[in-house]
Amino acid sequence: MAHAHESNTKRIWVVFGILSVITIVEVILGIIRPEALEAHVAGMKLLNWIFIILTIVKAYYIAWAFMHLEGEKAGLRWSIVLPLVFLIMYLSFILLVEGNYIHDVYHDGFISWDF
Amino acid sequence: MEATVTTGSKEKVWGGGNEPLNASYGKMMMWFFIVSDALTFSGFLAAYGFSRFKFIESWPIADEVFTHFPFLHGVDAPMYYVALMTFILIFSSVTMVLAVDAGHQLKQKKVIWYMFLTIIGGIIFVGSQAWEWKNFIKGEYGAVELKSGRILQFLDASTGERVALADFAKPLHGERTTQHANEGVWYMSESTLPSFSVEEVKAGFEANHNIVARTEISDEHGKKVVLSREETAERLTQATMVVEGANLIHNEYGNRLFADFFFFITGFHGFHVLSGVVINIIIFINVILGTYERRKNYEMVEKVGLYWHFVDLVWVFVFTFFYLV
Repeated sequence: MAHAHESNTKRIWVVFGILSVITIVEVILGIIRPEALEAHVAGMKLLNWIFIILTIVKAYYIAWAFMHLEGEKAGLRWSIVLPLVFLIMYLSFILLVEGNYIHDVYHDGFISWDF
Repeated sequence: MEATVTTGSKEKVWGGGNEPLNASYGKMMMWFFIVSDALTFSGFLAAYGFSRFKFIESWPIADEVFTHFPFLHGVDAPMYYVALMTFILIFSSVTMVLAVDAGHQLKQKKVIWYMFLTIIGGIIFVGSQAWEWKNFIKGEYGAVELKSGRILQFLDASTGERVALADFAKPLHGERTTQHANEGVWYMSESTLPSFSVEEVKAGFEANHNIVARTEISDEHGKKVVLSREETAERLTQATMVVEGANLIHNEYGNRLFADFFFFITGFHGFHVLSGVVINIIIFINVILGTYERRKNYEMVEKVGLYWHFVDLVWVFVFTFFYLV
């Protein structure tokens, strides 16, 4: 491989910096939980959307820089990433919709679960 | 050269040594493993999301569950420790990728040093995980479980602060000792008794007029609903047992599924970290022995590195879904 003998140390430290900053932001937001971010957007709290997006950004940097997907051939890279992205989105979608439905059944049914 | 990798002149296509994706067999198999393991973890996390959506209003608030920091007793420190753990794991990922990088340049000394740091980071992480488990299992305030399986937690009506059972329960006479198998008729025994009986909690509730209970249910602001004195007294008539800490069946923090998923997912992840540390140590010894130096190829370090980064990647998601969201 062409990149095999050159050093990527600088890139590694930059990515470490990015990951640290994102984690710090997440923790600060998690501790303060600002009132303004409690609003619901597309069925979920804005704050939770921010957490999930930041997590995916972190996952991108770990996979691309640390696991070195950016240096692999495109065919390998996407045959790893795309099935995962698709299956995980599909699985989360059906399970969360189903969980929400069962919640409604419990909630609107005539049985008390809290006594 | 991007498209044509097969070197037809040198070897036959099916003769082996053909790497159309520029990845060796071992690295490819590591990626196969990682993809399947990633799907396993996403199955767990999606199941967690399923149960959480099912019991969305009664799910425990993670900030109130994980509030400990080593050497800071009684200080309310939500998230700080788990944030520190996240940092340790990310940093051990950095040292791992530095080891891989040094391996590419065939610098044995550097590889040894960076792998050593990675192993230390992994050990600290597993130890921290064990400490979190210990706190979670031991519990903090104690609670009462009702007939319905719901949990009542107690707080001070004037301050709104949580109150531990030990602070208000009234010790009654009439000793009840744990039944051991050796003194039973036939092999009868029971698990360890909680520090207080339901009767003692009830008596303590009658004696302290500022004690009220809160339910598992959250209001629209995400705060747990606090009952009045009368409501608490009425609910307490349904109490069946005192719960201290959490296990797979009872959970003082609220919904027992929360404890089940916590044990299962962080346990499975912790086991991955543990095996990662063991594999790292094996490769570390090989690096010291000079195995890869003689091979002029540090690809084994790269392969365990992939696994190690994957473990870090999973933790990033566990951290988000268990502690943040």
